[in-house]
Amino acid sequence: MPSTITLPDNAPVLKAQSTNLDFYYGAFKALKGVTMPIYENKVTALIGPSGCGKSTYLRCFNRMHDLYPGHRYDGKIELYPDDVDILDHGVDPIEVRMRISMVFQKPNPFPKSIFENVAYGLRVRGEKSESYLEDKVEAALRAAAIWNEVKDRMTESATNLSGGQQQRLCIARSLATDPEIILFDEPTSALDPIATGSIEELIGEIKNKVTILIVTHNMQQAARVSDYVAYMYLGEMVEYGVTNDIFMKPKRQETEDYITGRFG
Amino acid sequence: MHDKHLSTQFDSELHGVSSRVMELGGLVESQIRLAIHALSQFSAETANQVIETEARVNAMEIDIDRDLSSIIARRQPTARDLRLLIAISKTTANLERVGDEAEKIARMVNSIIDSGSARVLPSSDLRIAAELASGLLRKALDAFARLDTAAAVSILKEDDLIDQEFDGFVRKLITYMMEDPRTISASLDLLFVAKAIERVGDHAKNIAEFIIYIVKGADVRHAPMDQIESAVK
Repeated sequence: MPSTITLPDNAPVLKAQSTNLDFYYGAFKALKGVTMPIYENKVTALIGPSGCGKSTYLRCFNRMHDLYPGHRYDGKIELYPDDVDILDHGVDPIEVRMRISMVFQKPNPFPKSIFENVAYGLRVRGEKSESYLEDKVEAALRAAAIWNEVKDRMTESATNLSGGQQQRLCIARSLATDPEIILFDEPTSALDPIATGSIEELIGEIKNKVTILIVTHNMQQAARVSDYVAYMYLGEMVEYGVTNDIFMKPKRQETEDYITGRFG
Repeated sequence: MHDKHLSTQFDSELHGVSSRVMELGGLVESQIRLAIHALSQFSAETANQVIETEARVNAMEIDIDRDLSSIIARRQPTARDLRLLIAISKTTANLERVGDEAEKIARMVNSIIDSGSARVLPSSDLRIAAELASGLLRKALDAFARLDTAAAVSILKEDDLIDQEFDGFVRKLITYMMEDPRTISASLDLLFVAKAIERVGDHAKNIAEFIIYIVKGADVRHAPMDQIESAVK
């Protein structure tokens, strides 16, 4: 299965691109030559069966694998417009994570107040001005569509919020540092349908500000929220395309079998 | 391609709705044949039988639509499955329309019988067009059952023959009406019958287009023939 890509017509601006990306967990090759564009202010969804490498791929974007012993990257992930290869050893992973933030499957607020959760990244960056912090926190909470629910509870512990609220808080936390890309790793798989709906709505709103890469097990979710879809299998990118084309008329039989539920 | 879904229930739902469309197609086809028989024999009895059976056609359309909505709501089909369900929905609507045309022919037959001018008119000339149209419908249903795109393309070509027959028949009716104005009323009835037959051919053609949509994902409605042929390649 070659990882070839067909660029759509009127392709928007490239925000990032992985080129021949291989990734090894020790001797195990988890990604095999993945080449894929990530377009600015668009939602790109990664779908595929468990173990296909989609989360591994996502995590390469903020160097999360650096924590694994024996990991190895080959190939590159370039970030535009400054053309920096974020896998380069000279690039500080902390700096990468400021530019590319992540929202996880399970909401993971820090055991701190609602305010401090959102202000955390800015404080780490060295921000001292309380009025600046307050402005940024409010803006992030508003962008994450949770401001009205928490504005009178800013000093309460974030862990008192409901699951859906916690996830929106985590999105606010990731927005606060003005990242260029947000990575979502199955952001709604621990949420009920209503909370899921509000997160999906939110993704549609924040993509005006930020580029989004999302891993989801829920194919309908990929169909609903994304502009582009990549189908991955056994560490390879099988097909990449405009979401409508993938769900109405995929080019490759393997993709068709997977999205129609014939895979197995 | 894997023929089966992981969910065997989904498979049986798709299979079930597909076979109900075939059942509807069979019923509608027999309605057309009966209506044409009623026309050629001027049989009020057969015509009435067609009119009575029309209610069953309508009920089947509603049943199939209900099944389709239920499958879409519960399974969220994609790609080929989605195209199949959309095509089934449209095919069902076209078949129901064919049923309407059969009923229309039957009513016109009754009206021509009542007018008493049945024997004067060239109604047997409609036989060829009627055979062509019902044959085309049968081919469309066969091609749908087998998802045969080559057969679908030949159906699209054949529909032109029916249109030519229709034009010739209209010219002939005009000469009858000019020669003897007393036949005008019955001639107009016959004109409606001819139009109904011509419409059956159009519906068969639509169904053939849906087959190409299911298999190739290409929407070939209103497309020129060379484009259709390249879509099917």
